[in-house]
Amino acid sequence: MAYDDSSDSFPTPFPTALKVLVAGGFGVGKTTFVGSVSEIAPLSTEELLTQVGAETDDLTGVELKTSTTVAMDFGRITLDERHVLYLFGTPGQERFWFMWDELCRGALGAIVLADTRRLENSFSAVDFFEQRGIGFVVAVNEFDGSFRYDPEEVRAAIDLRPDVPVVICDARIASSGIQTLVTLVQHLLTAVPGGPGQDDAVVQRDDGVPLDGQVSL
Amino acid sequence: MSVTVPMDGPWLDEAAGRLIRPYTVSGGRTRPTAELDLMSLVMATGAASQMYFGPEHSEALGLCQGPTSVAEIAGHLRLPAVVTKILLSDLMDSGAVTVRPPHNFDNPSDCSLLEAVLDGLRRQL
Repeated sequence: MAYDDSSDSFPTPFPTALKVLVAGGFGVGKTTFVGSVSEIAPLSTEELLTQVGAETDDLTGVELKTSTTVAMDFGRITLDERHVLYLFGTPGQERFWFMWDELCRGALGAIVLADTRRLENSFSAVDFFEQRGIGFVVAVNEFDGSFRYDPEEVRAAIDLRPDVPVVICDARIASSGIQTLVTLVQHLLTAVPGGPGQDDAVVQRDDGVPLDGQVSL
Repeated sequence: MSVTVPMDGPWLDEAAGRLIRPYTVSGGRTRPTAELDLMSLVMATGAASQMYFGPEHSEALGLCQGPTSVAEIAGHLRLPAVVTKILLSDLMDSGAVTVRPPHNFDNPSDCSLLEAVLDGLRRQL
């Protein structure tokens, strides 16, 4: 082999590829968000969809067959020599959501972008991730000229569970996007059984004295 | 009728759409011979291939000199993901590339992985 595989801890040249989804309604800033945090020029990947008309038994049915394409934005962040994070902007149109199941497979978590002028556009993405048990945060993309809301007002408007973080971000600014990703991963860590978040919440009493495992919820 | 010839993309006709059908470069095949994910990482092995490939295969091979995701290769080739997967599975079959499937985060208790991601993100700030 041409490459050096002498490292015991990492015997192949391949890093571990990880995935975070960026969801939200049409025009909410998914492309901007992915592009600003990505180290590569914004790219989009096309999936070909084939829709066959309902009357497939009919020999003329092939004439009803149309193919369409759905574009997904994606970006890359090299975290270290062993981990690469890929961001996928999910297709905004709800009729393409069957694609999300494939996209969701193996994802670390998701960012749901929200626009306070059209909060309702984010409801379906929130429902989707809640139903599938995928950890997510809601990031309010602050557009110029939009009314500034308190994150708690947004939480109430979306009827979010209290543990789901709501952050304010500017999708155009890389550091703001990275900070949103940091919040997501911190949130995912709190959900890890025995992880640091659980330690705080369950294993310690209010007075800071660790319990000896006899916790009943 | 007008034909748009972009510098870097498929030739599009206003009325007819793509001037080259997407499955042309895969010889009409619509399924790859190997299961590839958008996040599978592909890398050229450097082994000379005995098989004849078209220009898109060569271009795909040129894009994965280091570990590169299927999504990224598809984006650069401006080809639909499924067509790209077919080209890459040809290259796999010929031994020209090796592939690593993506890490599926199906073990939510993988704290060390999340912490590695967190550390990596914080270094970006």
